[in-house]
Amino acid sequence: MQTLFEPLAIRPAATVAIEIDGTSRRVPGHYSVAAALLESGAASCRTAPVSGEARGPFCMMGLCFDCLVEIDDVPNLQACMTRVREGMRIRSMSGKARLA
Amino acid sequence: MTASSCDLLIVGAGPAGMAAAIEARAAGQSVIVADEGDAPGGQIYRNAADSPLADARLLGDDYLAGRALVERFVQSGARHLARCVVWQVAFEDGIVAMLTRSAGGSTTGSEGGGTLEVKASALLIATGAQERPWPVRGWTLPGVMGVGAAQTLVKSAGLAPSQDAVLAGSGPLLWLFASQLIRAGRGVRAIVDTTPRQAWKHALPHAVPALRAADYLLKGMRMMRAVSRAGIPVYRGVADFSIEGTAQAERVRFRDDRNAAHVIETPLVLLHQGVIPSTQLARSLGCAHEWDTRSACWRPRTDAWGRSSVDMVWIAGDGAGIGGANAAAHAGTLAALDIARRLDAIDDAAKDARSRPALRALSRHLAVRPLLDALYTPPDALRRPADDVVVCRCEEVTAGEIRRIAALGCQGPNQMKAFSRCGMGPCQGRWCGMTVGELIAQVQARSVEDIGYYRIRAPIKPVTVEQLAESIALDEDFSRGDFPS
Amino acid sequence: MQESAAHNTGTRRFDVVVIGGGLVGMAIAYGLAREGQRVAVCDGADSAFRAARGNFGLVWVQGKGGRCLPYAQWSRESSERWGGFAAQLRRETGVDTGFERPGGIELCETVEALEAGQRLLESLRAQDASLDYHVLDRQALKQRIPAASSGLAGGLYSPNDGHASPLYTLRAMQQAFQRHGGAYLPRNEVLEIRPRSGSFEVIAASGVLEAGRVVLAAGLDNLRLAPMVGMRAPITPLRGQIMVTERLALFLDYPTLVVRQTPEGSVLLGDSAENAGFDDGQTRSVMADIARRARTAFPVLAHARIVRAWGALRIMTPDGLPVYEESREHPGAFLAICHSGVTLAAAHADVIAPWIAGGRQPPLLHPFTATRFPEPTDANAV
Repeated sequence: MQTLFEPLAIRPAATVAIEIDGTSRRVPGHYSVAAALLESGAASCRTAPVSGEARGPFCMMGLCFDCLVEIDDVPNLQACMTRVREGMRIRSMSGKARLA
Repeated sequence: MTASSCDLLIVGAGPAGMAAAIEARAAGQSVIVADEGDAPGGQIYRNAADSPLADARLLGDDYLAGRALVERFVQSGARHLARCVVWQVAFEDGIVAMLTRSAGGSTTGSEGGGTLEVKASALLIATGAQERPWPVRGWTLPGVMGVGAAQTLVKSAGLAPSQDAVLAGSGPLLWLFASQLIRAGRGVRAIVDTTPRQAWKHALPHAVPALRAADYLLKGMRMMRAVSRAGIPVYRGVADFSIEGTAQAERVRFRDDRNAAHVIETPLVLLHQGVIPSTQLARSLGCAHEWDTRSACWRPRTDAWGRSSVDMVWIAGDGAGIGGANAAAHAGTLAALDIARRLDAIDDAAKDARSRPALRALSRHLAVRPLLDALYTPPDALRRPADDVVVCRCEEVTAGEIRRIAALGCQGPNQMKAFSRCGMGPCQGRWCGMTVGELIAQVQARSVEDIGYYRIRAPIKPVTVEQLAESIALDEDFSRGDFPS
Repeated sequence: MQESAAHNTGTRRFDVVVIGGGLVGMAIAYGLAREGQRVAVCDGADSAFRAARGNFGLVWVQGKGGRCLPYAQWSRESSERWGGFAAQLRRETGVDTGFERPGGIELCETVEALEAGQRLLESLRAQDASLDYHVLDRQALKQRIPAASSGLAGGLYSPNDGHASPLYTLRAMQQAFQRHGGAYLPRNEVLEIRPRSGSFEVIAASGVLEAGRVVLAAGLDNLRLAPMVGMRAPITPLRGQIMVTERLALFLDYPTLVVRQTPEGSVLLGDSAENAGFDDGQTRSVMADIARRARTAFPVLAHARIVRAWGALRIMTPDGLPVYEESREHPGAFLAICHSGVTLAAAHADVIAPWIAGGRQPPLLHPFTATRFPEPTDANAV
């Protein structure tokens, strides 16, 4: 996988096990979902509803709504505003959210 | 739904919000501070008191100075509501704010958290700034982010960008971030500087007054020297910048100041053209805004104390006008003193005495702004993209579509929104509003000031139907009106 | 670009000046331009009230006309014309108004509401068989709309109902109007109308226009303008609040009065009415009520996120019926008022416009005069 972001030296931190599109990873517990996605080498996390083009995190502060993912079956959540949790299942979104 | 009340509700726990809370508490007021982050600090001091980095000193002294402010805030006795989004402020017999809190997970969405209602006598908006939208060809590709975004990843996750990353745009943050990476023992592929070569000429008249804030200037020079010593290629006076790639960013293309064409292969492009005030909440309350010609952005109309055009609403920090973290803290202090005076918690003498140092310091910190604005405010060409460039990221509306509708006599941004869907997505115009104004101005030969901006309404962040449904208990005498026929 | 940037010092002459470039004004202006009339539209500012922005987008017939059968028939006539109207707009401008007419459903939360609704629709159908409807019990409703709550008592379906995008409709009409040679003059509030013998002088922000006929379609601003041509606009603002979700995968095939889904996938929630004067703001209680009603009807919407909400002012006459009237004191001046600007857009272009151009007023419209209301004895009508 390509490298977009790499860890600097960090303080010891508890890690959590999460799943990104079916693949398990261990990441520091203070990561946002967006951080976890980017560190895994994924630049995109969804396809836009209008054109179907790929999109990924852009502003990292909750303002652009491009980092939308499905977390534990709930769609359209901002990855940059969500902290990882043990056992979290993250999935890319394609196009418009489906209700139930 | 939980209800609370206080003397002063502060939205945003960045330097302005924290400083205001500290001062308001010193005046004996009850204070609630609502912030979307996990911990106080806002964007600039994000994780300052709680850095995941093994050595946070790589981020520099200015950043670390935020720690002291965070600690004083935590000690102040202000009630800090973390992970809370303020999505509406209403005026019903006083100020009522509606917040959604996330339960340690997301801040929006259905999981966890509930609705909070906060009643306050006074409101201080300290929501800070956002990156200035810089629409370029390919800016919606994955692998394109803001420099601020990448810096946030360093601060909050200890993640550094690939050494193949390209930093592009203009402004001090480019140099600050590059120098931070250099201190971390890393580099980037290149800095692509779009600051026009002639900008220094416009800036010259402002150089002497800026010397009052000489430390800013010296720091800037040191950062540029560090980049040069590290051997990072810098391209200056860049024009025609664009990003290319199929499913994600693969390269950037541009011309330098000698008109030579360049192509740099890169998977990560970090953009920055300065920052602009976040005006969403203030606009939704009906606060008057004005166009700041010098820095080509909208800012709320405020007086020296941060009083907005709406009674009992103050605005301080970068959200009132870009001034940086130190200026923001002093502005927060001043607003809190004005609020305390207004609520009769202190008298005129106390207000005057306590505000003097902040007024002086604020003036000193703002002294460098005219110079920075003259140097780094992007020229028209960068604010008015080519027809094929996407302007509204959410609805994918291009500059060409907007120009076409403007040419037919479109009234303004609101009719543009109605006709093109530009501004109708979840970001509510945060990334397209500036550009729409510029394009209509260009086509109709009017000033951006005359064109205006979108009408912003609550909810200023998306909120679920369920959260809205549960947000307030309806009075017994609430009746669903009907109309004839 | 037409004359929109022109600031002439001379008088500009037209056959008709339409005051107001909203759904009503633009439909009439388009119809007129389509017939070869030389027409100018004077439109207000970007920040003006603009009722079009508050329109829910229904092309709705069922339930209308309980107190005035012609209103039901007028609505239905427009609904019948809408398909051709949309097709022509699309041909002429490329803009898709999003018009669809799958029939519409009024959702009924209780059996009482269902029965009361049925009584009204039955009485209308008894007078005019084309005002057709079907009662949908809980099962039948779920068949048509699987996402509908099982807690609903049922619904009332009518094949005459549909929906369209109010904003794209306005955009298309404006563009088509200009293609037919119409002069669209934005940010040109009309300061005064001066009747002369056989013509009218319209004093607008950018200068003076002269026309043989003038149409007052300025929404709430008709209050100010109508007396200038010897008429009275018996209107008050009635606020409605609307909310829209993010784009969602399609789940709702029929428009309803309180919830409808656009072809883009966004879901509109609405149907509120408040007397709030000239305040087009939002209130927490109405937003909560709209959200509750939507969730009651469609439990799946609970987790849908509202990305926009707003209030807008409808133009309401005391009985909710339109006003189409020619001034007696100053023939050639017309007043056009309604709150169903999308439903009636086709009829406005196809039927009202030819009448204004000099044709005979269709008898169906005879009830819709302003003079059907008694003169107010005090200023409380405003």
